[in-house]
Amino acid sequence: MIGRFSGPFLETTAAAGTRAVELFWYTGSLCLLFVQTVGGAVARPLRGNAVAREISKIGIQSWFIVSISALFIGMVLAFQSAYQMKKLAAEIYIASLVSLSVVREIGPVMTALIVAGRVGSAIAAELGTMKVTEQIDALTTLAVDPVKFLVVPRFLAILVALPLLTLWADAIGILGGFIIGTMKLGVLPSLYWKMATLPLVFKDLFSGLLKSFIFGMIICIVSCFEGFRTEGGAEGVGRTTTVAVVVSFLLIIAADCICTAMFYFVWR
Amino acid sequence: MIEIKDLSKSFNDHQVLDRVNLTINTGETTVIIGRSGCGKSVLLKHMIGLLKPDEGSVVIGGVDVASLSGRELNEVRLKFGMLFQSAALFDSMTVFENVAFPLREHTQTPPAALEQRVHECLQLVGLQEIDELYPSALSGGMRKRVGLARALAMNPEIVLYDEPTTGIDPIMGDIINGLIVALRDRLKVTSVVVTHDMRSAYKVADRIAMLYNGGIIEVGTPEQIRGSKNPIIQQFIKGEATGPIQEGLPDRRVLSRWSLRSHVNLQ
Repeated sequence: MIGRFSGPFLETTAAAGTRAVELFWYTGSLCLLFVQTVGGAVARPLRGNAVAREISKIGIQSWFIVSISALFIGMVLAFQSAYQMKKLAAEIYIASLVSLSVVREIGPVMTALIVAGRVGSAIAAELGTMKVTEQIDALTTLAVDPVKFLVVPRFLAILVALPLLTLWADAIGILGGFIIGTMKLGVLPSLYWKMATLPLVFKDLFSGLLKSFIFGMIICIVSCFEGFRTEGGAEGVGRTTTVAVVVSFLLIIAADCICTAMFYFVWR
Repeated sequence: MIEIKDLSKSFNDHQVLDRVNLTINTGETTVIIGRSGCGKSVLLKHMIGLLKPDEGSVVIGGVDVASLSGRELNEVRLKFGMLFQSAALFDSMTVFENVAFPLREHTQTPPAALEQRVHECLQLVGLQEIDELYPSALSGGMRKRVGLARALAMNPEIVLYDEPTTGIDPIMGDIINGLIVALRDRLKVTSVVVTHDMRSAYKVADRIAMLYNGGIIEVGTPEQIRGSKNPIIQQFIKGEATGPIQEGLPDRRVLSRWSLRSHVNLQ
């Protein structure tokens, strides 16, 4: 019986099993770090200065690139929708389409992806370097919890900074659509503004901001976890940074899919 | 007193420590010698709870370190100071902030007293007027001394030194050796020094323990180690390439052909 399943079949099954175990271990480790971080965030003392420093760092690192990206994406959305809407003589709906797309989806997701690439990689590289140069061991020997000292301030900071950046990206994205709509497509500014805000309801803004909270948690926990498990020297830090960004991207997209399904198809 | 009992540790099926037994007496300096990669630093990290043993225990003041909760372990760690091989200074902090770090984290010392204490610690290791420098601006020797100042800031009862003289010039090495001796003599600090620098070992040790093939093969005073009949110890302390320790020797056949081959390849 065993002979029938030997060779490549057995090897493939064993490899798949190993990957599944690794995936469970990885997910469990992320959840554990999340629980430790939340525990550290509610315990005293709260390092207010460190949180404020991280908020300004995240904001400064990402503000410009988020603004430029949001402006261009708003413009591209307006161009693409105009191309289709013209055929139906419905250019006036471009404003609604742009504002809904930006607030519900593109603002939160694009901002999270930019922050994951810009800030998540920096967190993973910084903690990874600290790990390989024994600085995290030094913290531990000085009786300081590395999660509370290194992860909690970044976690709280990203929970504040990412929704703020998302709101900013939403506004700039709508502005991008406004520029194209009014200057290129000839829609009256007052009409564009009315059509952009008319379909927006509180749920749209709330779901976008809730998503950005969840994305912020993903970016911080994945990047810190990857930083903490860095091994080797410069090569290890490079690998960690890449893995942190790739895993954050995948989890952000997956979480976005689940959140959208929940908000617009389950809890309607 | 630190008692290490039947301690075993392996990484990825590679047995690094195999039933190690060692007692560190209070107020003494114990030096652990052995070849690079033999597990000396791993043993040191078990003493402060950075690593958990696969088997066996590390008992400090009658308490098994591995059985402690995170909070209890941190209380034990406050009795320790540790100098890392790479100094492990925090890159994002200045020298002053590095040394002040444990005081700020664990005490309510007023700013003036804290400043005085930091300067005392820095002066103790022969450093002055480098408060505002970042670790990247320091030489290897200076980093090590700042690391030592940070380790001493909380007046620890036990100090662990991981290769304290590696990577620094011989004069600075001797100064650090003198500091280790002074801390023992004046403050009755218990010290554990991991090194393969025999000059340093002879200078600071009350007792020397040799780690080889995962276990402690001999413990004794510097004189007893010097006079040991064990050929492994004799080869190590004399630093001889020939003897019972064979790992790392070049392949004689390759060596004998080396000059000719190199010449041919370069044609």
